[in-house]
Amino acid sequence: MRCSWRLSVFKKCLGVNAVSDLRELYQEVIFDHNRNPRNHTKPIKVDRMSEGFNPLCGDRLTLYIGFDENGRISHTGFEGQGCAISTASASLMTEALKGKTEVEAGALFEQFHALVMGTSDIDPALLGKLQVLAGVQEFPARVKCATLAWHTLHAALHGEQQVSTE
Amino acid sequence: MNHPSFIGEASMLDMAAIRAEFPILTREVHDRPLVYLDNAATTQKPKVVIEAEKHYYEYLNSNIHRGVHQLSQQATDAYEASRESVRALLNAPRTEDIIFTRGTTEAINLVSQSWGRANLKPGDEILVTHMEHHSNIVPWQMICEETGAILKPIPIDDLGVLDMEAYASMLSPKTKLVGVVHVSNALGTVNPVKQMIEQAHAMGALVLVDGAQAVSHLTVDVQALDCDFYVFSAHKLYGPTGVGALYGRQSLLELMPPWQGGGDMISLVRFSGSKWNHLPYKFEAGTPNIAGGVALKAAIDYVNNIGLDTIAAHEALLLDYATQRAKAFPGLRIIGEAPGKVSILSFVLEGIHPHDIGTILDMEGVAIRTGHHCAMPVMERYKIPATARASFAIYNTIEEVDALFLALERVQKMFRG
Repeated sequence: MRCSWRLSVFKKCLGVNAVSDLRELYQEVIFDHNRNPRNHTKPIKVDRMSEGFNPLCGDRLTLYIGFDENGRISHTGFEGQGCAISTASASLMTEALKGKTEVEAGALFEQFHALVMGTSDIDPALLGKLQVLAGVQEFPARVKCATLAWHTLHAALHGEQQVSTE
Repeated sequence: MNHPSFIGEASMLDMAAIRAEFPILTREVHDRPLVYLDNAATTQKPKVVIEAEKHYYEYLNSNIHRGVHQLSQQATDAYEASRESVRALLNAPRTEDIIFTRGTTEAINLVSQSWGRANLKPGDEILVTHMEHHSNIVPWQMICEETGAILKPIPIDDLGVLDMEAYASMLSPKTKLVGVVHVSNALGTVNPVKQMIEQAHAMGALVLVDGAQAVSHLTVDVQALDCDFYVFSAHKLYGPTGVGALYGRQSLLELMPPWQGGGDMISLVRFSGSKWNHLPYKFEAGTPNIAGGVALKAAIDYVNNIGLDTIAAHEALLLDYATQRAKAFPGLRIIGEAPGKVSILSFVLEGIHPHDIGTILDMEGVAIRTGHHCAMPVMERYKIPATARASFAIYNTIEEVDALFLALERVQKMFRG
């Protein structure tokens, strides 16, 4: 069997089992961000906001973004409750967005999408800590949990008030 | 955990023989034996049902109610024999009053679109319970939107019991129909449908009972209930997906206009106007899921051979045991504790989202449902986004309940660190 970079194929080559897939998904960083989500409040400066909804599980999330005078994201925050994956993803995203321009944030959205879908080459340097969510690609039913915050970001950047993952 | 009394009672059934009837139960999921506890979503199928579909396609396949050739005749006979077994299952007075549909959802849409459009006027009221599945809410919302009728929810209490006082006070001459789920898919509550029907009839309102979750657990007698419409799906009764049935009171069905037009539902077609076929065909336009219909009879026969009472007793045993274990489980809150509830254990774990529970359980081979169970108003009522739900069927065992709780311990260990 030819081993590609894709996690699932790579693991089959190595004979890695389901239990380690689960550890791959629920890494300590995820638990940490689930227990203590960062930026889990409405920030003082809000220029864009959007509401994301996952009809599959009923999770709702409101995302806030504020820009500084140079057009870089200075304030981020989110409200809402979700599963560990969606909460950690939102928390990590709000951290990663700070200092980014709108264009850079858009590029990060594309990178994150590629990471969890396992569809194309990714730039590890750009994704940084967000790579802890790579394990989601082994759990197709959970990809929407990881991408809820990101689709909400995409909607906020495009001036849409509401977005649904369905 | 000690469960000698449960083992004693459970051994009344030859579980190995019952499980051997279900081929899927021998498969593994993530290298572990499958523990299938998502029966409220759909039950697994016994060999007799799978064989019935196979036999139909290998030996009988032909269109029904049309050909003069032998295959068509035999396929028609098999399909119509299934209709008779549905009649017997529900103890309906006439076979002609059993309409085959794609399932519960289509059956409710048939009633709301046909009866609703012909009978509802602005200001009329439809009552449904707060614990309905979306399929007994949305079709009524749609027809209310169209006709100006008003949809009102009957409240439920913290245990998941319907508020019968509120129901009595909400009934009025404006009430035209009451939609009630016989057994709640999210809570397991068994609603007092007989009493509700009596009260509705006293006010001149009709009652539609959604039996999707009921027919595999309870003996249903539509004549004793005196209900106007009763609907269910085959796939929650060990039968195939894509087939279900509507029982309707003859006097109502006769007056209701057809819902969908097409072949089979007409007796005469002219460009100047067509005439509708008689019951049940008036409501059965187009070639139906014949194989599924035929296999539904095999499913009903399967259930009758074991006996609904035996199935119900076995499931009650599993539910009692699972409930005991759930109550002893730290941080677990049961959602839905109505007295006499059946077969469904819905719960949440403190600080852990049901989706995370579902994923981790799946890795242990334990299949449960997590989410809103197509009953978002129920989730709203209990102020939770979702629940985890284990639901039991005839082939489940005490050992599988143990496997569920072992997996839940793993969830808790992972999350508590």
